[in-house]
Amino acid sequence: MTTTQTPAVPVPATTAPPGKRPKRQREGAAWVFLSPWVLGATVLTLLPMAVSLYLSFTDYDLFNAPRWVGLRNYTQMFTEDPRYWRSVTTTLTYVVIAVPLQLALALVVALALKNMRRGKGFYRSAFYAPSLLGASMSIALVWRALFNDGGTVDHLTGSGGWINKPGWALLAVALLTVWQFGAPMVIFLAGLQQIPAELYEAAAVDGAGKWRQFVSVTVPMLSPVLFFNLVLQTIQAFQVFTPAFAVSAGKGGPADSTLVYTLYLYDRGFVASHMGYASAMAWVLLIVIGAVTAVLFRTSRSWVFYASEGDR
Amino acid sequence: MTTASTAVPRKPIRWGRVAVHLGCLAALLVMLYPLAWLLATSLKPANEVIASLNLLPSHLEWSNYKTAFEGVNDVSIWRLLGNSLLIAGGAVLGNVISCSLAAYAFARLRFRMRGPLFAFMIATIMLPHHAVLIPQYIIFNKLGLVNTYWPLILPKFLATEAFFVFLIVQFMRGLPRELEEAARIDGCGPFRSFYKVILPLTRPALITTAIFTFIWTWNDFFTQLIYLFDPDKFTLTLALRSFVDASSQSAFGPMFAMSVIALLPIVLFFLAFQRFLVEGMASSGLKG
Repeated sequence: MTTTQTPAVPVPATTAPPGKRPKRQREGAAWVFLSPWVLGATVLTLLPMAVSLYLSFTDYDLFNAPRWVGLRNYTQMFTEDPRYWRSVTTTLTYVVIAVPLQLALALVVALALKNMRRGKGFYRSAFYAPSLLGASMSIALVWRALFNDGGTVDHLTGSGGWINKPGWALLAVALLTVWQFGAPMVIFLAGLQQIPAELYEAAAVDGAGKWRQFVSVTVPMLSPVLFFNLVLQTIQAFQVFTPAFAVSAGKGGPADSTLVYTLYLYDRGFVASHMGYASAMAWVLLIVIGAVTAVLFRTSRSWVFYASEGDR
Repeated sequence: MTTASTAVPRKPIRWGRVAVHLGCLAALLVMLYPLAWLLATSLKPANEVIASLNLLPSHLEWSNYKTAFEGVNDVSIWRLLGNSLLIAGGAVLGNVISCSLAAYAFARLRFRMRGPLFAFMIATIMLPHHAVLIPQYIIFNKLGLVNTYWPLILPKFLATEAFFVFLIVQFMRGLPRELEEAARIDGCGPFRSFYKVILPLTRPALITTAIFTFIWTWNDFFTQLIYLFDPDKFTLTLALRSFVDASSQSAFGPMFAMSVIALLPIVLFFLAFQRFLVEGMASSGLKG
């Protein structure tokens, strides 16, 4: 399972003999090691989740005590707030455009690099670099200028600045995500390199051509990695914030076309001080992400192939 | 084409390979264009920024950098840089210490509820930050810690970034158990064997953790946006945000000069540690 010269790739655990050590003492020591994590998990994760669930049923502005309003935040969100629905459709559109494009590009480049003899390391690093830089405000500002009136894209296509046109602004944001395809690409590449060469040799002996090898060997063997990338990138895409903020100067414009969910949540909670409403929004996001992940996991049974099932 | 002229005469040219290389180079040019544009624009006179497609400035306008170094809102860039470094450095220290402690317990020690707690830890990797954001803000607000760096650094000392706990657990599981057995026979308790035996061997995973933490914290915008108000507490990222509101073209040059300065640490980290970064990312996707 280890790849050549990879310090960070974990090697499989050696099976240990059952412990004969004094259990009591170890147990106490374990909790000492765990104590920072336990404190963080309770005070900064579990407690806040419970509190935000409570707040989602209240009217709260940070200064006055929370006032119980029952389900009103939720009913208002779903039935009376067109901007809320706008933020939902905007985010879904963004996820549906950005994630498949990004993963497709990542897969194509990984396949191109897989059998490369020379320059593989160079390309891998160079394509990966945007994944580190892309989340920064600096690059978001560059994107804003490139897709603005008189920017490079305007000059090349004559389409005007995308970020000023409601139908196009979100696409500019999505392209920034696609630009960062390097992280899933590196993961694909690592996955591709773990496919045993014998499988391809056996397929070739059986008369399978390149395409057949791809469909019958590469795709099933890579499906767990594809699944991992899909889940990870989808969850991240649901939470996109910085580029939408930068492109629209924090307003989600033009005409709310870049008003992604987290931007509207920020606007309700931290600009308009409707913390109860924002908490309700956060819980809906949590439930939606959980549901999407669950659906992905459920469908994965039919298309993800685990060669080493029961192996660990 | 140089490929053709340098090829050994008897070998036929692999046109497939050449095509792949050409494709990759073309893709690379498109990918790197925004970075080249950023660097070029940071050195352009104000009137050339959006006037033409020409990437090269007519002359190098170093005054953009001079203006950028004067800072924003009367706060010097050294102050902004120092603030960014302080937050990123604190986060690195916190993550490395707290995540390796928790990881050791999960990877090597036995305790009640280990299975469920490990599953819970994994689940928190998927947890959207926004679900806990508002109450965390309220807690820090009640403690009077809003507009300080505590909300940005303290959580890292409590191992809240479970991704890194998982990364280090995976790595520690690969280390041979015999090492600790030997240490135990020599009289080392769990603390000594963690500190003396396991931790030094975990260094690659710790370095990966440190680098990713630094870059993610350096790039972070949302948390800094909600917690910091005073311009003299701002980071480079927040200072750049001030430029988002000021859309006048004359500020373009200095704004992108500052953007270059803000990206510089990441670029340097990338050049110095690219192997760790790429391998770290690769290993995260594998069922190790």
